[in-house]
Amino acid sequence: MWKNFIIWTDSPVLSILVWVVVCVLVFFFARIPAQQLILSISRVLHNAFRLASRSLLYAARRMEMRNREVLLAAGRESTEKLIEREFERVNAVVKRDIQGYPALHRNLSDLVTKIDEDYRESTEAPPSPPGWLNAVESVAKIPSTGDTLVSNMLGEIKNAMERHHKTSIHEYRKASKKRHSLLSKMMPFWRKLTNTLEKVGKTIAGLEDRSLVIDNKMAHYEEILAKTDRAERMLSSSSLTQFVISGIVLLIAMGGAVVNFNLIALPMSEMVGGGSYIGPFKASNIAAMVIILVETAMGLYLMESLHITRLFPVIHTMADRLRYRMIWVTFSILLILACVEAALAFMRDLIAADMQILRQTLAGVAESEATRRSWIPTVGQMVMGFILPFALAFVAIPLESFVHSSRTVLGVVVVGILRLIAFMLRLTGNIISSVGEMLVRLYDLVIFPLLWVERLARTKKKEDASSTKEASQ
Amino acid sequence: MKKKTIILFFVVTVVFLIHACIDTQSRTKGVYLLIDTSGTYTEELKKAQTIINYLLGTLQPGDSLAVGRIDTGSFSEKDIIAKVTFDKRPSTANNQKRAFQKKIDEFIKGVKESPYTDITGGMLQAVEYLNEAGSGMKYILIFSDLKEELAAGMIRDFQIKMDDIRVVALNVTKLRSDNIDPREYMNRLEFWKKRVESSGGLWRVINDLERLEKILSD
Repeated sequence: MWKNFIIWTDSPVLSILVWVVVCVLVFFFARIPAQQLILSISRVLHNAFRLASRSLLYAARRMEMRNREVLLAAGRESTEKLIEREFERVNAVVKRDIQGYPALHRNLSDLVTKIDEDYRESTEAPPSPPGWLNAVESVAKIPSTGDTLVSNMLGEIKNAMERHHKTSIHEYRKASKKRHSLLSKMMPFWRKLTNTLEKVGKTIAGLEDRSLVIDNKMAHYEEILAKTDRAERMLSSSSLTQFVISGIVLLIAMGGAVVNFNLIALPMSEMVGGGSYIGPFKASNIAAMVIILVETAMGLYLMESLHITRLFPVIHTMADRLRYRMIWVTFSILLILACVEAALAFMRDLIAADMQILRQTLAGVAESEATRRSWIPTVGQMVMGFILPFALAFVAIPLESFVHSSRTVLGVVVVGILRLIAFMLRLTGNIISSVGEMLVRLYDLVIFPLLWVERLARTKKKEDASSTKEASQ
Repeated sequence: MKKKTIILFFVVTVVFLIHACIDTQSRTKGVYLLIDTSGTYTEELKKAQTIINYLLGTLQPGDSLAVGRIDTGSFSEKDIIAKVTFDKRPSTANNQKRAFQKKIDEFIKGVKESPYTDITGGMLQAVEYLNEAGSGMKYILIFSDLKEELAAGMIRDFQIKMDDIRVVALNVTKLRSDNIDPREYMNRLEFWKKRVESSGGLWRVINDLERLEKILSD
């Protein structure tokens, strides 16, 4: 091909030189339109990339706003649920403890009255001195004359006094005993009163704690309603945490599903046939997978009917009676499937043991102790087969968290990708613009001898013109 | 928009299911093992028994297995020692395998040497059986030294139609004459290779019986 461009075959260098000169000449004469073309192409591309970058940034901003709206809406809904739950708790406490307050009050009043009465009865009443004590005092002041009558009289008085003293002491002791008995009877009432008051105190303290929690939640709720950055940050962080945790739990559930699948895939071949295929997959494998998926679906419906998750609004807004029926139906199906799985696990053990014996027979090995039937693995497999469907039913909880949080996380990821692409486009546009300018300089470099000549000619022309002008002046 | 997505998802699922259901390609395996009972090769029959046991342990429910002998005139149903298509249920298939093994054991105990070796007739019988069994993947295993000796009047020099049948020569022993001139052995293998491949089959030789898993590998 290159041979076509060689003018003088005996001197290729000369031919190349001639072509270079021709090219330089062509480049020189086409300089202005060619450079304009280069610059306009680079400008067009630069503008196109800049425009694309701008529109992507705009899309990212819109996406960000939408994410924010979604995040705040989800946060609002979640906080509303939490506050609602707190109020329900308060309501339960009020219903349980404060609703019976009139009865409690009456009980307390009765106790206080009873204690008051007992207390009054237990007050100490000193025995009143006998009325004739003054007469005794007067008689005692009579001077002793040694008269036996007087001394006899005084002796009698003394005896009477001592008798009376004994009686008084006896009466006083009796009264004290009665008082002490009353006071000891008051003890249980006091205890009861103290317990009742403690209970009331605890209830009130519990309510105070709840009210503090509600206050915090309300403050958070108000922040969400005010759409503050702090609320957004908190919700975003919480969403990311939820995404990671629910993702891990879902992975664990998947592990459980795989174990479950292996437990029932082999015995399913006994039912649907070991050599049957649906597409490229074994029919027994698909049947086992379908059973696991149906169990998971039943678990979802059960959790939804129990109001634990909120994935299906239709179930959530169902009439309570219908919902209770649904709970029983889904639970029954789950129970039946669990029983079926336990039976399949049992069958799997039988088939596996039979295969093992056959393999040993084919290999010409006598049946070993290890391969003899033991009930432990059989029971273990059956228990696993029964429990795993119920365990899978709880997948609904992390699934709900995953779905809700993935909306936010995916939004953030998409915004990040859009921003990155916008940056790359902007960078590419700027590089193209710079390359265009560089090409123009390169173009000038190729034709620099002619440019130099042109510049010289122009300078000469200017000088000639100025000298002519001076001469004419 | 949501409704459209649901409809689209539904349509895709239905299409996938229809495609899956109309996929009638059989994935079962059909294996026909030809055992040479001529001359001194009967001494190798214990090895054949090992191969049969391996096949019984490997083949799955729905697969077919037949064992035929190579004797003076092998193109005959009488030369089929045992044949079975395993039931779809694994438990029944296991019982069939036990019965099959018993039959083979009885055959090995009472086998008689044949004066001639009609390999081509055996292969014809194998092709006929495999086509009738309708397996997805067809294998003919030839347990022989591949030295064909036909009785007078036997016509076997024609092409056999064996499209997509995998022919595996097992335990191709070297004869005394091969030791004198190894080219004989090479030529024998080359002859069968050409014959199988020109008939549309796939040819393979496995002499190391420690690697039996290679027999049914694609």
